[in-house]
Amino acid sequence: MIRFDSVSKSYPGTTRPALNSVDLEILKGEFVFLVGASGSGKSSFLRLILKEENPSKGSIHVLGQHLNTLTNRKVPYFRRNLGVVFQDFRLLPNKTVFDNVAFTLQVIGKSRGFIQEAVPDALKMVGLAGKSNRFPHELSGGEQQRVAIARAVVNKPVIMLADEPTGNLDPATAAGIMTLLERINLGGTTVLMATHDAGIVDQMQRRVIELIGGQIVRDERQGGYQTQTVPTQGRVPHPAASQPSSSQATQAPPQRPSVQSSSKGEGLDA
Amino acid sequence: MRLGLILGEAGSGLRRNLSMVVSVVLVTFISLTFVGASILLQMQIGQMKGYWYDRAQVAVYMCTDIDTTGNCTLAEATEDQIAAVNQQLESPTLAPYINEVQFETHEQAYENFKEQFADTTFEGIITPESLNESFRVNLVDPEQADVLIESLSGLAGVESVEDQRAYLEPIFAILNAASYTAIGVAGLMLIAAVLLIATTIRLSAFSRRRELGIMRLVGASNRFIQTPFILEGVFASLIGSVLAGGAIVAIVQFFVRGYLATTLPVNTSLLGMDEALLVVPILIAVGAGLAAISAGVAISRYLKV
Repeated sequence: MIRFDSVSKSYPGTTRPALNSVDLEILKGEFVFLVGASGSGKSSFLRLILKEENPSKGSIHVLGQHLNTLTNRKVPYFRRNLGVVFQDFRLLPNKTVFDNVAFTLQVIGKSRGFIQEAVPDALKMVGLAGKSNRFPHELSGGEQQRVAIARAVVNKPVIMLADEPTGNLDPATAAGIMTLLERINLGGTTVLMATHDAGIVDQMQRRVIELIGGQIVRDERQGGYQTQTVPTQGRVPHPAASQPSSSQATQAPPQRPSVQSSSKGEGLDA
Repeated sequence: MRLGLILGEAGSGLRRNLSMVVSVVLVTFISLTFVGASILLQMQIGQMKGYWYDRAQVAVYMCTDIDTTGNCTLAEATEDQIAAVNQQLESPTLAPYINEVQFETHEQAYENFKEQFADTTFEGIITPESLNESFRVNLVDPEQADVLIESLSGLAGVESVEDQRAYLEPIFAILNAASYTAIGVAGLMLIAAVLLIATTIRLSAFSRRRELGIMRLVGASNRFIQTPFILEGVFASLIGSVLAGGAIVAIVQFFVRGYLATTLPVNTSLLGMDEALLVVPILIAVGAGLAAISAGVAISRYLKV
């Protein structure tokens, strides 16, 4: 479903790579948490999957497509299989809830009839059936994120990428969002979620991939936000990283990576 | 559905950017009017050349007894000399270039002179004898007047050989200069128009960058994303082109046909509505094409994956 083969990503102007020789495979139907400090490469990782960036080295396969060789013209069609949710929701303020979700389908050329069917379904799924005529500013943060999720899933994506979807929400609301993501995952969608929320990761007990300074230091089947165990999967790029003490390092990494990779998906509205 | 959406997007872009759109309309209007005017001028020059060059002759003036220039020595050209020139004109070397030869006697020259200067008094000053006898030669190809000038200038009794086209050259030079000036102004204005369209489209894209971000994220095709912007640019410049076309038609109708045609001599050949209607589609195509290209280039920055 998603495979990284020794993928490195460097941004111009820095010697330190945002991702350094990452090997990884994510299977269909998995629910994966991507954890790590700001600047550890989580966002770069998600952007590489979306082909918003190209890797500097290595190859990426997503949904059977070799992303390195995917032409610009085909990228939009590839992205129709992916749903994306952000920390800052990214709703269109001048459109109603219904129109925000419908916009996704309109711009990829779906028929009016299909939109009339699919949008209410998606809104019902996220629990906003009665609020389709509201505007985003009339909704709470949690509700706005639900709209964003409805927008991401309305086209029935195979993979869902979530970049800190609960980052702006209070714990109770965040739990609601997580329930929703879990339900989407149960429907067969692979969910890849970058997060800083230790409580959620610990509680869900799903696969956890931890990045430090652009390297995978941990890949556990049913992990928590922090762990004392030795990594069960993946390469160990840095001997020190496998030591128990290194998991504390997630709180305060010895070397802060450069700022380039720390902001979340900023390229999207460039 | 899709077409409606694209048109709707283009329409909302036009409304949002109204002042920029108006400036695009005006700049394309002015620039294309200059383009049209220069095309019309070139057409007029071509038409006048065609008209006048057909009528322009090479004149071989024979000596009179008051001429000292050329091969003249204050002696009237003799019958023999005239016959020699005539023979030369009919010789195999010159005959292929010549369409028709007429001989103008003193009396005919005097009649023509009287007709041309009917409103001045010249009796007593000008006599038929003081006007040159001449051969009026119509060439097959007016460009080849030099051949005649070369072979006849040296003959005895020939005062001068003149290509009448030379009289027209200054007029065409002026018209040409005017036409090139119009082209130059048009070129500069078109550059301004292209840059303005690009800026307008960038501005429009910037004001819709959230939508563009979402579109790219959810996989709207590049064509879907760029078409509304290109339509926006094309539509604005199309209005300008149509206005320019209207201006060109109006210039021909009211200035050329209405004013020039009544003030200039009757036999001046002037452009008509046919030529004007030929220029209008050129203007519209140029306007729309340039707008599409510049808008496409401007929006391509937003399509980079």
